[in-house]
Amino acid sequence: MSEVLEPPASSSSAPTGKSRGSRRKPGSPTLQPKPLFKYGSWWWAAPGLLAVLAVHYVATFTGASYAFTDFDGYGTFNWIGFDNFTRISADPEVMGSIGNTLFFALLFLVATNVLGLLLALALNRSLKSRYILRALLFLPVVLAPISVSFIWRYIFDAEGALNQLLKTLGLSDGTYVWLADPQFAKWAILIVFVWQNIGMAMVIYLAGLALVPIELEEAAALDGAGIFRRFFTITVPMIQPSIAINTTLSLTTGLKIFDQVMALTGGGPYGATETLSTVIYRNTFAYQSYGYGASIALVFTVIIFGAAALQMYLTRDRGVHN
Amino acid sequence: MLKYNYKTAMREGLVWFCALLLLSPLYILFNIAFKTKTEYTTEGAFTLPKNANFNNFVHVLSSENSGVVYSGIFNSFLIAAIAIFGLIIFGSLTAYVLTRRATKLSKFAYYGVLVGIIVPAQLGLVPLYVGVQALGLLGSAWGLGIIYIAMLMPLSVFLYGGFVRALPTEYEEAANLDGASRIRSFTQVVFPLLSPATGTVATMAGIIVWNDFNTPLIFLGGSSSPTLPVAIYSFIGEFNVEWNNIFAVLIVAMIPITILYLIFQKKFIQGFSGGIKS
Repeated sequence: MSEVLEPPASSSSAPTGKSRGSRRKPGSPTLQPKPLFKYGSWWWAAPGLLAVLAVHYVATFTGASYAFTDFDGYGTFNWIGFDNFTRISADPEVMGSIGNTLFFALLFLVATNVLGLLLALALNRSLKSRYILRALLFLPVVLAPISVSFIWRYIFDAEGALNQLLKTLGLSDGTYVWLADPQFAKWAILIVFVWQNIGMAMVIYLAGLALVPIELEEAAALDGAGIFRRFFTITVPMIQPSIAINTTLSLTTGLKIFDQVMALTGGGPYGATETLSTVIYRNTFAYQSYGYGASIALVFTVIIFGAAALQMYLTRDRGVHN
Repeated sequence: MLKYNYKTAMREGLVWFCALLLLSPLYILFNIAFKTKTEYTTEGAFTLPKNANFNNFVHVLSSENSGVVYSGIFNSFLIAAIAIFGLIIFGSLTAYVLTRRATKLSKFAYYGVLVGIIVPAQLGLVPLYVGVQALGLLGSAWGLGIIYIAMLMPLSVFLYGGFVRALPTEYEEAANLDGASRIRSFTQVVFPLLSPATGTVATMAGIIVWNDFNTPLIFLGGSSSPTLPVAIYSFIGEFNVEWNNIFAVLIVAMIPITILYLIFQKKFIQGFSGGIKS
């Protein structure tokens, strides 16, 4: 964060000043010179702050309190302590969905970052058509996940593109129903999910790579450092911010996976591809068990925050680069 | 120093090969949208259509089921427009005040807003649903537009905040010395200088809102005015896996967002690098 650009009045001791001229009471430290210019009024920020407060704080905490009730959307409800969480631990569908969510999130994180970084390295410099390639490879990111998932549902269909290809190549008789196989269905969802998001990781890595001075790499090359050595000792430390942003982004995106599951398998076959988001949706809005749904959502939130904290710790800026 | 030689040319060819392989699902999408049902079942997904025409598009846009496609397009446009305007106006103001005012409270509020980026929406959805229902906004485009403004506000504040921090304060101070009010120096000096961030916010909000499936499924589910992704989801069942028609609808749904992307593509990538530097 660029501390340099903080306005000069940062030591002001009047943090709650409501409008431009409000000085504190005499007696409190008023010795600092009045800043030349005050930037905007507090009320400018009020609509934005209120919206965030209402949706991200009040609604979230209210939702969290529902986790300890049997609220079903109608009339009164009872506080039932931790009963919902006991029910979760005995609910194979929810427990399975936690495992699936972690499976998707971890493999998604690794695959999008590795592939995105490889593409970024390939398209960083030298290639003549790199701008066209960047624009093309980013295209899947802007398409609706639901649309993309339907394209792939055809590809994995019994009479779909994958089976046609395998049959033409003589690798199988081309009749396998891929999405009905509980094991493969998970991998299919992962492939679709990764496919759509590589472009995002690529763009963020490209932005980071653009800041690595070419002279540094050339100097290292002249000193005899090989391509891998240069990558790990120069490139990786210098694109640390991109790595941090990309891993945060892909981790939270990965844990929230919903559209691909709904469109490709609907959570099936036999619940094999349910994720926390689909289970929360089903329990809350299809079965109207608001209390139970909220308790799963609370578990989900704890997992997201735990994962985000762990990830930020692991990719923290260790002060390696200048 | 970088020389373009045969090795680079080979690498270029290899990268193009990988890129085309990666994008092959889109080839399949267009291919099948221009085939008849008998053609794609007998000839498959890879051969080019023998007699390419727009029949599938005409069919899905004029059959009795196509009303849902039109209302989906209209609603997605309306909701995205509401969300983008709200996020630009309120996001820029909030980010400006919170990052320029160097008090402890504004710093605290700024990070408080940013936490919202990682708070998953799921936990707040039920209270939000109950609240929106109480206000009578369930199933309405305005209700969903306002929900998006609030849900994406942290992202907007983050993107604007990075830009405001990188902007020297001299601009406003000079405008102020010349007699401009604070509102004028914001609207006529600062806001135009933030246009890369505005482009990024508009593009990202546009993409997120246009493509989102989960939120409209909850807030517009069962209503007569779904957004495009929800319309597509319900459309698939009605057309009984006629992939050529389904893919024609998918292409129609992709056109607006693809145009927006192609126009703002450069600003979008610019905006990301700006976010990283801050």
